Amino acid sequence: MRPVLTIARRELAEGIRNRWVVSTTVVMAALASAIAALGSAPTGSTATAALDVVVVGLASLTIFLVPLIALLISHDAITREAERGTLLLLLSHPLSRPQVVAGKYLGQVVILLLATVVGFGVAAVFVVLRNGVEGWQAFAVMTAASVLLGAVFLALGMLTSVSVQESSTAAGIAIGLWLLFVALYDMGLLAVLVAQGGHAVPGWVMDLALALNPTDAYRLMTLGEGASAMLSGMGGVYDNSTLTPGLLTGALVLWCAVPLAAAMIVFSRRNL
Amino acid sequence: MTLLLEAVCKSYGGHAVVQDLSYALEPGTVVALVGHNGAGKTTQIKMMLGLTRPDSGRIEVLGGDPRRPETRRHLGYLPESVQFHPGFTGRETLAFHARLKGLPEAQDALLDRVGLIEAAGRAVRGYSKGMRQRLGLAQALLGAPRLLLLDEPTSGLDPALRRELYGLVADLAAQGTTVLMSSHALTELDGHAERVIVLNRGRKIADGTLAELRRLAGLPARLTARVGGVLRRIAVNEAEKAPTLRALLAEGAEGITLEDPSLDDIYAHFLRREAA
Repeated sequence: MRPVLTIARRELAEGIRNRWVVSTTVVMAALASAIAALGSAPTGSTATAALDVVVVGLASLTIFLVPLIALLISHDAITREAERGTLLLLLSHPLSRPQVVAGKYLGQVVILLLATVVGFGVAAVFVVLRNGVEGWQAFAVMTAASVLLGAVFLALGMLTSVSVQESSTAAGIAIGLWLLFVALYDMGLLAVLVAQGGHAVPGWVMDLALALNPTDAYRLMTLGEGASAMLSGMGGVYDNSTLTPGLLTGALVLWCAVPLAAAMIVFSRRNL
Repeated sequence: MTLLLEAVCKSYGGHAVVQDLSYALEPGTVVALVGHNGAGKTTQIKMMLGLTRPDSGRIEVLGGDPRRPETRRHLGYLPESVQFHPGFTGRETLAFHARLKGLPEAQDALLDRVGLIEAAGRAVRGYSKGMRQRLGLAQALLGAPRLLLLDEPTSGLDPALRRELYGLVADLAAQGTTVLMSSHALTELDGHAERVIVLNRGRKIADGTLAELRRLAGLPARLTARVGGVLRRIAVNEAEKAPTLRALLAEGAEGITLEDPSLDDIYAHFLRREAA
């Protein structure tokens, strides 16, 4: 366990040293604050809490931004070490390759956690000061889910990083993954639904299709219930689905665990 | 036996890099792996570190499988032209490596030993090649390793630092550490390596002490002397040395120099023999 923590600490220190932590936190805080400022403005006559409105805006943004940041952080985790010429020395120490993957992943999750919690926290404080704490539960759930979504893409980025030789290749794959999960998948799904010509797709197929894309699982989890469901229009999908928050969380955790385990196996088998 | 290779073969994409290689290293010896670039030195070291699997054959490091992390606990490694993250200081870098070895973070004694204590608080970004090499050596010496693998440790070092490095190596060997260093210059190993393993295209072509290699090569020494104002160059083998010298002295020769074949001559001889 000690090597894992050592590497995690190092990854975090590297993130602080090369300004990744600061820049991602600032980006998150700036965008969250902008949404909070716009989203909480027209309150008064609406029956929903200001924080609920912010949740809807912020979650829609998170779906694009957090996977991108996560992939940026993790796609070159291993290739960077190889290109810098520090990988062989690192692996000559008494530690296993899965420990290296686990340590780097852990450090990156902490970086993302810091950026998300601090960034969103700034926005939350802004809204709470103006409009009160009503709706904070949904906001807390959304923040936690955002970190979990980021963790999924950190794991996918890590798998990319151990599978290729060069950072530039890894970057290309990362962009492809991002496009696939954030845009193409939903377009494809929509196309299939339209092609069905209104014939109902079996519920379990739809559920499976949503759970198979981490961003859809995230969207359903944060926007499917409560006041935000009504605002976002995701309530309809959620009500027809048998996916509970527990199942969706499970799907996202699996989305972290499977690529991470695959990354450990691939990395362990590689001849360096 | 600190290190054991048994009929090890390794090829990359159909190209044999290491072929049927066997040797064993005793504790407390300093051994040099000598060969051209591409002779398979680095590949062997990678296999000893468990970074690469041999295609066939067996490697035992400190009595265990090098692919098991525990085996590497008492192993020090200095890569060829070692690199570190430029953003951390020398002290932070060494502390990180110490933690990975399960040692305390404070390692100033070691930094002092490699002459880096004054630069310890500066970022590695500003280090010269020699300073990076010192830091690399410090990290290799962490935890008093029983086996030290040095890949081209002296390439790009100034003579003073080179001498210091060989001094450190001798100290460690006296304490029982086995040192294996790769090099492509045989000459500079004179007096530093007890045993030399000469490699060519992944094959061992000679193995022994430098004196043994000299004898095996059987290259003549070059004797030059001035006899009666005339310069004479004579090639003499080991047995002819004394009689020839005596004869020259009897003739009243002056300015006698006797030059043994240099290690590079010997190395070239072994390569030629291999090619023949």
